[in-house]
Amino acid sequence: MSLVIQNLHARVVGGQEILRGLNLEIEKGRVHAIMGPNGSGKSTLSKIIAGHPDYEVTSGEVLLDGTNILPLSPDARARAGLFLAFQYPVEIPGVSNANFIRAARQARLAEGEELDAVDYYGELYKEMDSLEIPRSFTARSVNEGFSGGEKKRNEVLQMAMLQPSYAILDETDSGLDIDALKIVAAGVNAQRSSNVGMLVITHYQRLLDYITPDVVHVLVGGRIVRTAGPELAHELESKGYDWIREDLAESASA
Amino acid sequence: MSTEVISQIDVDRTRGDFHYPEQHTFDAGTGLSHATVDYISDVKNEPAWIREFRHKALDVFLSKPMPTNWASQDLENIVFENIRYYLANSQRPTRSWDEVPDDVKRTFERLGIPEQERKFLAGVEAQFDSEAVYSNMKKALGDEGVIFVGSTEGLKEHPEIFKKWFGKVIPTGDNKFSALNSAVFSGGSFIYVPPGVKLKHPLQAYFRINAENFGQFERTLIIADEGSEVMYMEGCTAPKFETATLHSAVVELVALKGAKIQYVTVQNWSANVFNLVTKRAIAHEEAEVRWIDCNIGSRLTMKYPGVVLKGRKARGEVISIALANNGQHQDTGAKMIHAADETTSNVISKSISIGKGRSTYRGQVHIPKHLKGCKNNTECDALLINSTSRTDTYPAITVRGSGNSVQHEASVSQVSADQIFYMQQRGLTEAQAMSLSVNGFVNDLVREFPMEYSVELKRLIDLEMEGSVG
Ligand SMILES: Nc1ncnc2c1ncn2[C@@H]1O[C@H](COP(=O)(O)OP(=O)(O)O)[C@@H](O)[C@H]1O
Ligand SMILES: [Mg+2]
Repeated sequence: MSLVIQNLHARVVGGQEILRGLNLEIEKGRVHAIMGPNGSGKSTLSKIIAGHPDYEVTSGEVLLDGTNILPLSPDARARAGLFLAFQYPVEIPGVSNANFIRAARQARLAEGEELDAVDYYGELYKEMDSLEIPRSFTARSVNEGFSGGEKKRNEVLQMAMLQPSYAILDETDSGLDIDALKIVAAGVNAQRSSNVGMLVITHYQRLLDYITPDVVHVLVGGRIVRTAGPELAHELESKGYDWIREDLAESASA
Repeated sequence: MSTEVISQIDVDRTRGDFHYPEQHTFDAGTGLSHATVDYISDVKNEPAWIREFRHKALDVFLSKPMPTNWASQDLENIVFENIRYYLANSQRPTRSWDEVPDDVKRTFERLGIPEQERKFLAGVEAQFDSEAVYSNMKKALGDEGVIFVGSTEGLKEHPEIFKKWFGKVIPTGDNKFSALNSAVFSGGSFIYVPPGVKLKHPLQAYFRINAENFGQFERTLIIADEGSEVMYMEGCTAPKFETATLHSAVVELVALKGAKIQYVTVQNWSANVFNLVTKRAIAHEEAEVRWIDCNIGSRLTMKYPGVVLKGRKARGEVISIALANNGQHQDTGAKMIHAADETTSNVISKSISIGKGRSTYRGQVHIPKHLKGCKNNTECDALLINSTSRTDTYPAITVRGSGNSVQHEASVSQVSADQIFYMQQRGLTEAQAMSLSVNGFVNDLVREFPMEYSVELKRLIDLEMEGSVG
């Protein structure tokens, strides 16, 4: 059981190619991290897996537990168990957080089946408490006027409420101070289990001190150029991305 | 929303698109002439003054040009000769649903009216084509002197109150369609609330068009005497026909000193209805009038509820939501005519245009120079769903005098692809995501509607959005 990305080539619709033959396998129960310099295609990868209409896949496959999800709409992919914590969560004016998450939960039920409101709120409050989100949050509009940290916490809350089988977290650490980072990381760690595979995208190694990955990949120029254990994150932190680039240039010319 | 709200009853009204075969005992025939007016007056057995009022109005109607110089050219497509102006089976509404003919009763049951009446209404009038088939009010209100009857009964049984205000808020010649209504009006409500009486529950009228090539011309007059309070709600639907249907009402409200009137409309006309309605109120000293208006459906709606703020410290408000789908034009707005010191008015309008739908806001705020301490606040926000959707705003604000203040804000926004993608990523279909965005946009206004109507509103918006994507 895994999320497999096979030789994925993708570009902006009618525009430049961003992913150039990307391979990756995220097994259930494991946490993979992707690191890479700004502009290397990390967010684009996450959005292409989720089905963002700005991009088109020119070749390759994305298999979720063996099923190619590329023909599916973004919502069908989500209901199949895919979750993306956005780098830049979107504001939805006038729609309360509680109603939004409830609608997302309701969308996973069979036709005619109704969400139990009491159970739902019980669960929501429990998850909010562990992420130290105040109750007043339920009535606020989704992400509207949220600080960067609040937005990221909200993403993790939604992940907890939707129980995906594969979760991609795109720079969930950015905009967080150290205390908030610890809370968010604890929230993510609490969701680590044999039922979920995670892909943690980050520019900095800092997050990986709190969410220890099983595997670390480096993404440069739309391709995975290195894969190793957690020690790779530390190496990158001390040597910088230029080290990888130089290394690549050397092996290319050799 | 809180948990309490979730457990609320869901008023499930099937959409208005169904109809039963017509059978009419009274039919004024097709086309409009002085003979049509006489026919209506005859079957209603009206006093001479009303017959004369109608004939004069018809002359005004015939002499007035179409307002196409500023309004939509689509008005030219109304073929007055092809319309039937009066269709009914009886001129007397029953007081009991059991006595309403079966198919008509089934119509209103499908629309959920008898059920709502039992649950939360103080009185109901149900109009089917030209006449009310059912009209009833809780007995206790009658004992307090509240009158809630149809316009015909009102003018015959209560001429002393009726005549004093009828046609005074909206004169016959106000516009071509108020003249048309004055000539052929039938049905609508006449309400009188005695001094100090405050109705706890709303009165409701439901206007149902069942016949094709037909015009519905109800006439409503509400008088809230000093210190009284009343909420009136109206709903309207019609089935989908191939041909155009006309709905042209005149609604006059009079709020005497310290009285409060709230007039709530949830309109869900089918897409072939020309809905050309004149609504205006007079607010006397310290009185308050609120128009809470939701326009969904119709081919063309032109409606600009107004308040003439006639007495010191009178307050007027228009809260409106308009949703224009493909092939529809919602031309709506508000008129606030300040005519006394320290009067205040508030206009909040939100429109949604879907596909090739078009919404127009026209506002008129008038504060003459000699007045002091008047305030107006106008906010109009438009949401465009597709790149083909259209919105226009025409505010006309004339404020003179230094002691008065106005505030005007307008915005146009679009549902962004990223917003939809974000919601889809959480599992909502594109249509559900659209619905949620739109509901979010109007959410603060929907709260102004009574609970039972806001649930219905949300459902109607969902239905409209369903057809709007892929
Ligand atoms: N919709 C788009 N249109 C044009 N260029 C894009 C679009 N999305 C991403 N790009 C470009 O693709 C590259 C990768 O972007 P992104 O995936 O956001 O990088 P990262 O998340 O690794 O910082 C950048 O050069 C970016 O400008
Ligand atoms: Mg990024």
